[in-house]
Amino acid sequence: MYRFLILTRGLEERFERLFKQGKIVGGLYRSLGQEATAVGSAMALRDGDWLAPSIRDLGALLVRGLDPCDSLLQYMARDGSLCAGKDNTNHFTVPDLGILGPVSPLGTQLCVLNGVALAFKKRGEPRVCMTYQGEGATRTGASHEGLAFAAALRLPIVVIVEHNRWAFSTRSTSVAAVAEWTDTARAYGMPAIGVDGNDVVAVYEASIEAVDRARAGGGPAMIVAETYRMLGHAQHDPQTYVPPEELGQWRARDPIPRFARDLLEAGRATEDTLRAIRDEVEAELDRAVDRALAAGMPDASQARTRAYAEPEPDVTPWTRTSPVGYADLEVLADSEALRRGSVVEGAP
Amino acid sequence: MITYLEAIREAMWEEMKDDETVFIMGQDVGVYGGAFKITEGFLAEFGPDRVIDTPISEAAIVGAAIGAAHMGLKPVCEMQFIDFIAPAFDMIVNFAAKVRYRTGVGAGLVIRGPCGGGARAGPFHSQNVESYFANVAGLKMVAPATAHDAKGLLKAAIRDPDPVLYFEHKFLYRRIKEELPGGKILVPIGKARTHREGDDLTLVTYGAMVYKAEEAAELVAREDGAGVEILDLRSLRPLDIDAIVTSVKRTGRLLIVHEAPRFGGLAGEITAQVCEEAFEWLDAPIRRVTALDTPVPYSPPLEDYYLPQTEDIVTAARWLLAY
Repeated sequence: MYRFLILTRGLEERFERLFKQGKIVGGLYRSLGQEATAVGSAMALRDGDWLAPSIRDLGALLVRGLDPCDSLLQYMARDGSLCAGKDNTNHFTVPDLGILGPVSPLGTQLCVLNGVALAFKKRGEPRVCMTYQGEGATRTGASHEGLAFAAALRLPIVVIVEHNRWAFSTRSTSVAAVAEWTDTARAYGMPAIGVDGNDVVAVYEASIEAVDRARAGGGPAMIVAETYRMLGHAQHDPQTYVPPEELGQWRARDPIPRFARDLLEAGRATEDTLRAIRDEVEAELDRAVDRALAAGMPDASQARTRAYAEPEPDVTPWTRTSPVGYADLEVLADSEALRRGSVVEGAP
Repeated sequence: MITYLEAIREAMWEEMKDDETVFIMGQDVGVYGGAFKITEGFLAEFGPDRVIDTPISEAAIVGAAIGAAHMGLKPVCEMQFIDFIAPAFDMIVNFAAKVRYRTGVGAGLVIRGPCGGGARAGPFHSQNVESYFANVAGLKMVAPATAHDAKGLLKAAIRDPDPVLYFEHKFLYRRIKEELPGGKILVPIGKARTHREGDDLTLVTYGAMVYKAEEAAELVAREDGAGVEILDLRSLRPLDIDAIVTSVKRTGRLLIVHEAPRFGGLAGEITAQVCEEAFEWLDAPIRRVTALDTPVPYSPPLEDYYLPQTEDIVTAARWLLAY
């Protein structure tokens, strides 16, 4: 558990370094301060279960067995990345690891994961699904439809709501008139458990309860994890709208030192064992970064492939011939061929 | 003789009998047997695990279909009217259509529902929605005009590894009756059908407009002695551009008729592709006969004015033939 917490934070710190070096393509979304929610919940799953993350759930993916190098390749849009350069962040689906990739419209992965849970249920398999939403995403239509559907069909699915106080720059209290976020689930007849999301053990225990219940046929449940987004929405957001004293209060509740302290106090680990884990993770991350940086960029023509199982007929390849340099285009523009269709074979 | 509606029903029945991974989701598809009774008797035969009455949540239905497809099942989702596909738009265009391209994991699923006008059903029970989706790579779209194709295309759609939108025209449900050959019918997606042969004008259309085109072609043959070739597209994406171009190269004239509105309609895309592929063979400009660029109106005189009529097609055909 401690290992996954520091692996998550350490990997995100590597992301940030690479971002500043201009090696990350596009936005970078961190989960600083929320790692305990992602890690503690995903540890309640077994092999064969499925999980659909939201954007701040790198920890959950690592628990599922994601190779840190794959995550780096993905963020750098490299050849051989899980989405083959066609999509970004954590939008990959890896059936062998039970990972379903989300898309950017929020809440939608709940609706899709419902279908995975439906398949488990139809086949009578004791498998469970787990998905994540920020409290912001719980206001989408997809989220409400997904909750209603899961409840109506009693699907084996656990929804983790990460109440991190901010939807980009919008405070959670200004977009929802609920006193308790767990009330959302109760409206659908679904049990809900509130938990300190910065307490990894508490998250794990609540998740085990919900997961076991779902596995036994007891239907869906929601866990609302109270946590805090310690950085801006993404790297481009300096978070100037957040009061510094509020950040300070939550910094004191950082889940990682807190868990280390608990482990030491309970005599379940020593400084030496924790340091050994940290050293091991650092070395693993160094190797992952080296491997990822060695990968090239994908071939441009890959943009055409894989929209369908069987490619569509390419009726006018000359409009999209790739690559055509500007010089070639000028030659073409000057040519008689373009001015008049007399070169068209068989034309009347 | 079976109707177009019975053909749809037979296709699903046969596929569900042959393949236990096929299942149905939708509103009122179970106990009630579907708003048009297409799935009547399915619940009794296949049970509630395979004929699932859902909440009125189109996004949740399509979302669940994607997840189930990932797990190797073959979902057939019914939109009670195809107009209600709009609440599932995000799920279709952002998830179902893109998931194979993004992740390499496909989602073979079918979304079917009654489309089209002529039933005096107003703006929300009469639409043709193909243009909303035509611009989205990853989707396939079919629109059968005959009972044979209704059956064969639905069976092909259920077996297809990619998401297929299946537009069944409600005006044809009980008006079209055909003798179907025994044995299994499978119509390949992406292939047009020559509904009528002719040498003077190519008329490309699909859905219920095939029959108005046929009336127009009859009249033009009788009164003008001209041969109109009618191509029934059957598949809207992928588009059988080869069949269109082959015909146009022979006739030199192209008329496109569809029931969807004109602006941004498929006729525009077909026109562009024919210009790219066969401009030199055209003897006349390409013309379109389509619905008006308005919502579908309710009152009969308004709806009749809105929809393309046989005389509109005749007028356009004569204009082209005189060119």
